[in-house]
Amino acid sequence: MSATGIGASIKRVEDLRFLTGNGHYTDDINQLDQSHAWILRSPHAHAKLNSVDTSKAAAAPGVIAIFTGADMAADGVGGIPCGWQIHNKDGSPMAEPGHPALAVDKVRHVGDQVAIVIAETRDQARDAAELIAVDYAVLPAAIDMDTALSGASLVHDDAPNNRCFDWEIGDRDATEAAFAKADHVVSIDLANNRLIPNAMEPRAAISEFDRSTGRYTLHTTTQNPHVIRLLMGAFVLQIPEHKLRIVAPDVGGGFGSKIFHYAEEAILTWAAAKVHRPIKWTAERSESFMTDAHGRDHETHADLALDKDGKFLGLRVATKANVGAYLSTFGSSVPTYLYATLLAGVYATPAIYAEVQTVFTNTVPVDAYRGAGRPECTYLLERLVTKAARDLGMDPVELRQKNMIQPDQYPYQTPVALEYDCGDSPATFASALKASDYAGFEARRGAAEKNGKLRGIGISTYVEACGIAPSAVAGALGARAGLYESAQVRVHPTGSVTVYTGTHSHGQGHETTFAQLVSESFGIPADLVEVSHGDTDQVQFGMGTYGSRSLAVGGPAILKACNKVIDKAKKIAAHILEADVSDIEFADGKFTVVGTDKEMAFAEVSLAAYVPHNYPIEEIEPGLDENAFYDPLNFSFPGGAHICEVEVDPDTGHVEVIDFTAVDDVGRVVNPMIVEGQVHGGLAQGVGQAVLEGCVYDADGQLLTGSYMDYTMPRADDLPNFSVSTQGVMGASNPLEVKGVGEVGAIGSPPAVINAIIDALSPLGVTDISMPATPNKVWQAIQASSVRQAAE
Amino acid sequence: MYQFNYQKAGSQDDAVSALSSAEDGKFLAGGMTLIPTLKQRLAQPSDLVDLSGINDMVGIQDGGDSITIGAMTRHVDVANSDVVGSKIPALQHLASHIGDPQVRNRGTIGGSIANNDPAADYPAAVLALNATVITNKREFAADDFFDGMFATNLEEDELITAIRFPVPEKAGYAKFPNPASRYALVGVMVAQTGGETRVSVTGAGQDGVFRASDIESALSGNWSAEAAKGVKMSDDGLNSDIHASAEYRAHLISVMASRAVDAAG
Repeated sequence: MSATGIGASIKRVEDLRFLTGNGHYTDDINQLDQSHAWILRSPHAHAKLNSVDTSKAAAAPGVIAIFTGADMAADGVGGIPCGWQIHNKDGSPMAEPGHPALAVDKVRHVGDQVAIVIAETRDQARDAAELIAVDYAVLPAAIDMDTALSGASLVHDDAPNNRCFDWEIGDRDATEAAFAKADHVVSIDLANNRLIPNAMEPRAAISEFDRSTGRYTLHTTTQNPHVIRLLMGAFVLQIPEHKLRIVAPDVGGGFGSKIFHYAEEAILTWAAAKVHRPIKWTAERSESFMTDAHGRDHETHADLALDKDGKFLGLRVATKANVGAYLSTFGSSVPTYLYATLLAGVYATPAIYAEVQTVFTNTVPVDAYRGAGRPECTYLLERLVTKAARDLGMDPVELRQKNMIQPDQYPYQTPVALEYDCGDSPATFASALKASDYAGFEARRGAAEKNGKLRGIGISTYVEACGIAPSAVAGALGARAGLYESAQVRVHPTGSVTVYTGTHSHGQGHETTFAQLVSESFGIPADLVEVSHGDTDQVQFGMGTYGSRSLAVGGPAILKACNKVIDKAKKIAAHILEADVSDIEFADGKFTVVGTDKEMAFAEVSLAAYVPHNYPIEEIEPGLDENAFYDPLNFSFPGGAHICEVEVDPDTGHVEVIDFTAVDDVGRVVNPMIVEGQVHGGLAQGVGQAVLEGCVYDADGQLLTGSYMDYTMPRADDLPNFSVSTQGVMGASNPLEVKGVGEVGAIGSPPAVINAIIDALSPLGVTDISMPATPNKVWQAIQASSVRQAAE
Repeated sequence: MYQFNYQKAGSQDDAVSALSSAEDGKFLAGGMTLIPTLKQRLAQPSDLVDLSGINDMVGIQDGGDSITIGAMTRHVDVANSDVVGSKIPALQHLASHIGDPQVRNRGTIGGSIANNDPAADYPAAVLALNATVITNKREFAADDFFDGMFATNLEEDELITAIRFPVPEKAGYAKFPNPASRYALVGVMVAQTGGETRVSVTGAGQDGVFRASDIESALSGNWSAEAAKGVKMSDDGLNSDIHASAEYRAHLISVMASRAVDAAG
């Protein structure tokens, strides 16, 4: 046990750097002789490219080169790949139309890339881009999913009816049988609103090509540099790994949007070898809105079958999910294996069947965004269960408790593929009810009423699946990559340590948390440990950071490497202390010969490893530097209960989130302060989705919420003081006993907020409100129902 | 942003002559609208004439029964002014809720009313408080100054130098912010000055700020929140967008007017 080890709320080592403006982001980097790029983008959602005339632009001041899709096609550059193949109900593979980095024959969303202009300055590149004459033949746009599915206008000629795939999971017959014997069926239709990620740092990249070595280097704002190297190198540009270095330096937030391999990365890397100059590109905020992959965007109908006592018998779900104009890296997996496999939720529903259609539209691609599929699932279940309680006149607490998976049922095999390894939903739910003073709510409702406010309370109980694993299972489900993680633990001669991890930190605090793991393992202070990530030339391999995987998958890799170090160090200590290795114990940073006072400090052993004068050189090599790869046994399954209280101003429709209580089970907690911060951030995004954020395209595919003037980001004054706590059943699928924490806030919270708003409005007869519950929408719901009441 | 010539004027005359000699010049006050517009390449002026060096356009003067605020006075200075706070607290309140601290530290009252953004706060104050807009050429009565969305009756080379606000008996301002931009989705200022009741509305009208005569009538006879709230506004001529329907804005006008009356006391 170390004072800076597991369980210590030490301050983040990153904070001094970030809070004093000393972060080192991609846009902070400038290379010698660097040029600048501007990407010419389509102003139309859907148009045929008749011609792209760059002649006038090429003659503009400062222009070095201009390339179009035809140039890349002529070079045999491949399309941007999708990382997960889904199969249709009939077993055929999904439609997977081409995704050229620069548009070739058509543009398919506003912001689609048409040409790259490379010039001495960014302004010159932009000025020249305005001189490119593009002859667009505008085509009808397919924007909403129903219009798209009618097939009137095809985004891709080789995807009939704009359907990407029609997929199913679960036992259809068993589910129909459950409905046949049901006493009650409760149905719901709802949409999970489309979100724009809005990482603080816009995407950026700098490409370089060294013609003397044939090596490419790309600095880019990614969450997973090795994945980009693999996807771009192997599938797009045919550059082998040893000739391609990807560096993700400090990255200012991702929330999923920086997982994916974006066209700009391939365009810049390819073009660097054409112009023999480094090329820098940084997105404007408007480009971030227009071209970063968006999140969510589901429409769902679901039916829940119950017996006369309220026991769930079956669940039937039909979802349409928008994948946008092209399949982004994980766009196909989010509405399938990250969504419908969780439809049991925290409940022992015996029969579940879900079908998911995904739809191409003339909008920017949709892919993983904080929670990725699990928020959509949780929102559906927790709205539906709350509606069931209301429709059947049952208590929403009791209905949940009656149907929850009980602690003695783990491991619990759900009807939708996942096997939950451990958990205790009744316990976190009970704690949340207590912490929120649920029992005292009616008094608070009464007090609010005296102030002219409508107060409501809403519940969400959830489980999520993160740290996707093991690789073999992911592969069987269609993943085109493994989902293990790697680590290297390099002990230096004086006992300080550098850890190389294949995960990537872009705000999560890994540099602190991972140092704590090593501190715990070696019994040394965390400030003797440096965590390095993001450079494919430094880190042996990695799958990056997303899906709350870094600690649950990357952490055990570090632990494994630490254990290898300890095993070797014991041999060194045994030699020097003249004892048998089986008699060496390691604790509190000291190697001790059992039953004696003979001991060596960790740093004495590390020094001996690098100055091997008295050393078992015939048995082991010098040095103390170990690698490990780790592939978990299963996903990790965090869960918990969120309870929200709101007050609605009936005169304006404004919703104020008054109280928010979250009790989350994230397994073992390494740094409680960081965990609390992660939950706070997730809750802010969840409240944002519920009441503030919503992407709107008009019928022609123009983005109406293309700036902060129209897209509502959550701000501090939109949020209450959160009451958050953790209550863990130790994780069962990895040796650290951790579960993911990065996404739980965003997964659990939206239905708690919406259920609270509906509860507040229920005295007026309001039974539904969609996200985001804007003042306009809430006021209109009140009007509609008042009118209805008056008419009755 | 496109290239432009930058000129910093030392006096009102300098500013006007610089603008006159420019091919397509623009005055630059706080730049809170103009600079973002330039950055998005939505405007391409040949010259920007920066007014920030003109000392006689800055400051707040107590004229007894009026307050005169120099056109280049920043929102933060109005918000922090004891004179404004004691004589027209509603104006101080309004200024302290414009944009965010960064905007209030740069934005100016003259820039705001010259721009006449249909969701800006200051035009509502000018209209409800029946202020006088003083330029280098003349004085405008409030009712004669604004001319529809983003338009005023200023001539090309005319420069607002100050705004004179008569001290009202009562005044209040209530804003319902757009959730995203925090501009006024609907902002209402109510005022009684010299026995006259004036009510102005910003954020809601297709033609920018306007006077709500129905609410003025209601409040003239009965200065009460209930009277304001009881007025059913028509949604004719009101904006409808992704944030608010015209019907909702019409409703909010009455609600905000009633809250402004409450604030006015």
